[in-house]
Amino acid sequence: MPESPNALKSTVNNDLSTLTLAEARAAVVSGTTSATALAERYYERIAAVDPEINSYLALTKDRALAQAASVDAAVKSGAPLGPLAGVPIGIKDVLTLKGAPATAASKILNGYHPPYDATAVAKLEAAGAVLLGKLNCDEFAMGGSNENSAYGPVHNPRSLDRVPGGSSGGSAAAVAAGLCAASLGTDTGGSIRQPAAFCGVVGVLPTYGRVSRYGLIAFASSLDRIGPFAHSVADAATLLEVLAGTDTMDSTSSAQPVGSYSADLAKPVAGLRIGVPEEYFGEGLDPEIRAAIEKSLDDLRAAGCSIQKVSLPHTSYAVPTYYVLATAEASSNLSRMDGVRFGHRSAEANTLANMYRKSRDEAFGPEVKRRILLGTYVLSAGYYDAYYRKAQQVRTLLTRDFLTVFNDVDAIVCPVTPTPAWKLGEKTEDPIQMYLEDIYSVAASLAGICGMSVPCGTTKDGLPIGVQVLGKHFDESTMLRVGAAIEAAQVK
Amino acid sequence: MSNQNSAVSLEDVRHVADLANLELTAEELPRMAHDLNAILGHIAQLSELDTSQVEPMAQVAEALGIAPATAGETLRPDVVKPSVDRAAVMSQAPESDGRFFKVPKVIER
Repeated sequence: MPESPNALKSTVNNDLSTLTLAEARAAVVSGTTSATALAERYYERIAAVDPEINSYLALTKDRALAQAASVDAAVKSGAPLGPLAGVPIGIKDVLTLKGAPATAASKILNGYHPPYDATAVAKLEAAGAVLLGKLNCDEFAMGGSNENSAYGPVHNPRSLDRVPGGSSGGSAAAVAAGLCAASLGTDTGGSIRQPAAFCGVVGVLPTYGRVSRYGLIAFASSLDRIGPFAHSVADAATLLEVLAGTDTMDSTSSAQPVGSYSADLAKPVAGLRIGVPEEYFGEGLDPEIRAAIEKSLDDLRAAGCSIQKVSLPHTSYAVPTYYVLATAEASSNLSRMDGVRFGHRSAEANTLANMYRKSRDEAFGPEVKRRILLGTYVLSAGYYDAYYRKAQQVRTLLTRDFLTVFNDVDAIVCPVTPTPAWKLGEKTEDPIQMYLEDIYSVAASLAGICGMSVPCGTTKDGLPIGVQVLGKHFDESTMLRVGAAIEAAQVK
Repeated sequence: MSNQNSAVSLEDVRHVADLANLELTAEELPRMAHDLNAILGHIAQLSELDTSQVEPMAQVAEALGIAPATAGETLRPDVVKPSVDRAAVMSQAPESDGRFFKVPKVIER
């Protein structure tokens, strides 16, 4: 496959750039290396390489090395080892790690050190993971290019002059550059799947409610989800098995039984019915991406799947629906950023109202302000029915589209993005152009179904291409199997 | 969709910013008005759809009929449990006396 001339050319501990979670765990468990030595090697690589990528906002070295030491002690004493024993993992900086900075890539949370761990983070650590640090993203996860971070953009390791995608750009780039073996991101309208596609790694969006969000700094609560980035579908399945499940600290987490995602990967895909939505292959789709998706469909056909055309007729309304609902929820969620209990407080303020306003104006970036204003507008008196309620109704139609199609097929395969990663700065002036890039990702977000991006080739310029697999609510198993079949055909 | 064709004025943006507790600068105001008009213009296409018979959807579990019940036996028992340490929470405040969050004076005497 072609490689971009601008791809990261690293030298320090270069073997880590492709080290999978499974390989990392096996090396620690077998004693080939220790969890401590492995973590130290990742930190060496981060020190050498991350100045070019800017994926980490904070390193949690003390905590990581303490955890690594306890994994090493367990290996030595023959104690039981978790499914992530010694695996170095990075965490998107919208999730809390007790005592570590949590910025959401915003200046308004400057100085905030949350006093508790997010459930997803605690589960990873309980499974033996070594948490290396907090990863850069768009401010409050709002953006599709990682250029909205108050701490500077992330560079795509496959082509350093290009965006890594967003909002979980740091999470995707860190895995792609070998700065962690896997990572956590969040996806509200495509923020895991799109950066995974742009950086050439696997990214999984679990079903809404599948993973507890306790400890996630909320953007749009009816849409926000936490999911893994990894080098392989099997790694992502291992992570999802650890992360999934109900949580008394999150009433929106689901009690639906958790699947045996890893074990199910061994089941053949022959006989599965794959739907191909015609609305996802229209005007605006890059021809190289179209060709790569069609190649993946051929691969699935060769593996014994039946491929059929399906229709999701309301697809073109997904972007406007999303930008009403997500901004409305954001305007409400972000009202707590007011300088009273945590984070930035304006030094200029002399009255309470003044303190709220100045603190928020000084510390929020332009995209966050834009979305708060839009969300406040669509909820304001006289516009609620016309915009907010209308969008909620269209959300029902978009969800019905998927439920109808899933009567006839087991999974859907389509593009993640209309284009490959664009150049840094290329789309920052026009918010609409940026929002329209979400055209293939937001409908699944609104419908709450699970989805993933799997690498399926590169453009002639060496930019990664991802293929999207969408599954039924709580049927991550089938989705992951289809993803693994596509992945297996790439390796051949 | 009422008002969809009426452009958002600078005054409208100022009003919404006021509702949102945002203080926009003189440079930000026209830029935001321009962007809001462009985005709302794009959103206006939702009015093409007849949704008069469609239920609004607030979240997914509801639409699937798997939303947890909010009353009766599915609720957890109401017992006192330890919570996050108060001192750890208060230590994060920009200004605190250890028990309360301090803010500029609200009531003038």
